Amino acid sequence: MRPHDILMPVAAGLCCKPGGFYIDPVRAVDRAIITHGHSDHARPGHGAVLATQETLDLMRLRYGDNFAGTTQAVAYGETVRLGDVAVTFHPAGHVLGSAQIAVTHGSTRIVASGDYKDVRDPTCAPFEVVPCDVFITEATFGLPVFRHGDAAAEVKKLLASVALFPERAHLVGAYSLGKAQRVIALIREAGYDAPIYLHGAMDKITSYYQSRGIALGELRPVKGMKKADLAGTVTLAPPSATSDLWTRRFPDPVTAFASGWMRVRARARQRGVELPLVISDHADWDGLTRTIATTGAGEIWVTHGQEDALVHWCGTQGLTARPLALVGYGDEDGEEDAPAPSGEEAGA
Amino acid sequence: MNRFAELLDRLAYEPGRNNKLRLITAYFRETPDPDRGYALAALTGALSFKHAKAGLIRDLIAARTDPTLFALSYDYVGDLSETVALMWPSAPMRERHNNPPPPTLTDVVTTLRMLGKTELPAQLARWLDQLDETGRWALLKLVTGAMRIGVSARLAKTAAAALGDKDAHDVELIWPGLAPPYLDLFAWLEGRAEKPVNRDPAPFRPVMLAHAIEDADFATLNATDFAAEWKWDGIRVQAVSGRGEHDSVVTRLYSRTGEDVTKSFPDLMPSLRFPGAIDGELLVVRDGRVQSFNVLQQRLNRKAVTPKLMKEFPIHLRAYDLLSDGDNDLRELPFKERRERLKAFIAALDDPRIDLSPEVPFASWGELKAARADPASAGAGADAEAVEGVMLKRRDSPYLPGRPQGPWWKWKRDPHIIDAVLMYAQRGHGKRSSYYSDYTFGVWTAINGEEQLVPVGKAYFGFTDEELLQIDRFVRRNTTETFGPVRHVVHEPDQGLVLEIAFEGLQRSARHKSGVAMRFPRISRLRWDKPPREADRLETLERMLKSETASIADS
Repeated sequence: MRPHDILMPVAAGLCCKPGGFYIDPVRAVDRAIITHGHSDHARPGHGAVLATQETLDLMRLRYGDNFAGTTQAVAYGETVRLGDVAVTFHPAGHVLGSAQIAVTHGSTRIVASGDYKDVRDPTCAPFEVVPCDVFITEATFGLPVFRHGDAAAEVKKLLASVALFPERAHLVGAYSLGKAQRVIALIREAGYDAPIYLHGAMDKITSYYQSRGIALGELRPVKGMKKADLAGTVTLAPPSATSDLWTRRFPDPVTAFASGWMRVRARARQRGVELPLVISDHADWDGLTRTIATTGAGEIWVTHGQEDALVHWCGTQGLTARPLALVGYGDEDGEEDAPAPSGEEAGA
Repeated sequence: MNRFAELLDRLAYEPGRNNKLRLITAYFRETPDPDRGYALAALTGALSFKHAKAGLIRDLIAARTDPTLFALSYDYVGDLSETVALMWPSAPMRERHNNPPPPTLTDVVTTLRMLGKTELPAQLARWLDQLDETGRWALLKLVTGAMRIGVSARLAKTAAAALGDKDAHDVELIWPGLAPPYLDLFAWLEGRAEKPVNRDPAPFRPVMLAHAIEDADFATLNATDFAAEWKWDGIRVQAVSGRGEHDSVVTRLYSRTGEDVTKSFPDLMPSLRFPGAIDGELLVVRDGRVQSFNVLQQRLNRKAVTPKLMKEFPIHLRAYDLLSDGDNDLRELPFKERRERLKAFIAALDDPRIDLSPEVPFASWGELKAARADPASAGAGADAEAVEGVMLKRRDSPYLPGRPQGPWWKWKRDPHIIDAVLMYAQRGHGKRSSYYSDYTFGVWTAINGEEQLVPVGKAYFGFTDEELLQIDRFVRRNTTETFGPVRHVVHEPDQGLVLEIAFEGLQRSARHKSGVAMRFPRISRLRWDKPPREADRLETLERMLKSETASIADS
């Protein structure tokens, strides 16, 4: 069987006919395997959902108890037989519970990586290289200008600013699932032990991380705080909130944004960010090319992001590569799904 | 270099002046000599080395990266230095252990000064290998001479002064005698040494500025205490001449903030033959007529001052005051006496490029008001176009640095006013980042027989805090579309917000769709009462423009 008979892109997502399932489908299907909890990959309404326990829990938190007909938790390393194929889950290092999906049919193995990063993250299991014949890679940061560097150094920059401007509030835009918790963990590792404040939209997910044994120190809701008392503090909020009316409750805020996009000045400026922090939960260019090389795959399918450059690079390395025309997946910006803060926290 | 790069990086994003100051001062405090001195030189534009051309940078990156990947990246990033800084291949880990540490700013600056042209590419490549992304970006900005980070020389000096709780004026006073890396300056600011002596034979003296006068002020002032002059619409400068070593004459021209602008006006310098310091206005005078600011502007900010430019825009100094005469400091003398000294000084110079700013005679505030309303009939004659109001100076006032309250007043001409319609709004920066505070406004015109609004300018001040809240609310409730950070605000004949815009002048502009650009536009009133259909038309602006350009052309 040729690889594209095992997995092929259709309108609903990546379809495995011999296994009878879809990976991260964008429409409701009978059986779905979900790589991780971000809303462009994990959607409600499927018949049966297979995912890691954490991903299932996060979907439940976001969509309520009836987010799927039935669920099945699969542990990292565990093999599940579905139809004619064997499916195994491997850590993707993207966010808590994120998994790459290895689909094996006969002697052919395809790995769908979902979103991944191959650098350290204290809030999730480290990325694992899975040898395969076909590797499906994301390409969110698929241009050689995206070099994320050391996340700890970016956090140092934030804390230096907090020390230099004790009368101002520091407002860090970060996606509610994964990025926010990673930034908090990095801030703690840097030795900052004062309470960190949270926008209301981050409460549930952050508490869930803590319940899974991830130490984040003392966290407080920012709601109800007096403006003057927020001087010298650090608050995390969904990116959309950091440029909205909501910020008026803070004294002369310094607006930071933790994202891989902050590497490019025009992007940072366009958002009115004053303190860009290059911290990403996606592999950077070096990470993408390094990973592609180490999987040993001879064929690379490139999906969501800057496919052109990565496909070109594969060609220069003698690898067969093609863009996978999958629609419906955003980059990190697609994660800006926090509820409107003014409504949720009116009058606070 | 990496620490300096971090500073530049942060400054490039920070909109607030005070916050910029804090960042720069903190850098000076943490960074040892001589690095901080070279940083101060870089920020004040006092570094001199041959800049690298963009072509050289392109060649370096082309030799190291795949052309397709470079093209895709450059297209995405949009800035050559930044693209190169980001995609410069990093040395593999194992090789890095034996690498030298990244260069300091001092290494970079001192090496660049000595380096021959042929050695530059290899040296740049070595540095780029050693620096991180931000370091590479700053290095490339520095060597290409394109450090646009919104910091003026004045701001950098103010930040240095703050290191020793000093005023920027104190630094400005001794600045001409200092040179990078400013060890003596920092030693003084940190209390480790005496104040450096300015041995400059032609030093800058802090300028005296005036307050804007309000109607209510006149009741408290006595007209006979004051002398009046025209307020000329040029550039305030200080022209200084002194005796250097071996009796050579040293001449310098300073901006009102103390920046040395001598190089831009070589045609004026030979006229400064006698030792002294003149406070005056730089103007363009053609055939005995003072030209408008629009004309002067065409001579400014040119990279090369060519003979053709100097001939077309002959520069002229109109003298207001004399701060020193030979070795005598006149600043303590009353204005009346300084004025007499100035008259004699200018008469002795007897140079067509330098003349005396004439007095405007008046016996009462009413007479002065009439003169201000019609400068042409009150003595300014054909030069009236270049008059932007009157200056009032107490006859007994000494020359004081800064903007003291009371001795000097400026009374500007009433601005031009039009009613325009708010079309687009954009969020501000810093404190205003949650407010829609930058406004694009337009006026009506017929395009293909249909009435349409065409944008004629942008304004982001002039309103009160309360008015800002009102406009912000209006923008949020009346947005019809958003494009990235820009909101398209409703602007129909019967729906929308009319803004009264005050501005100082008009210019033709190829950059604006309307063909006109305003000088110093600001919002003077919100016209909630006025329907947009009653706002002004483009033809009104074109008529105003014609009357301005006519006066330039017939000179």
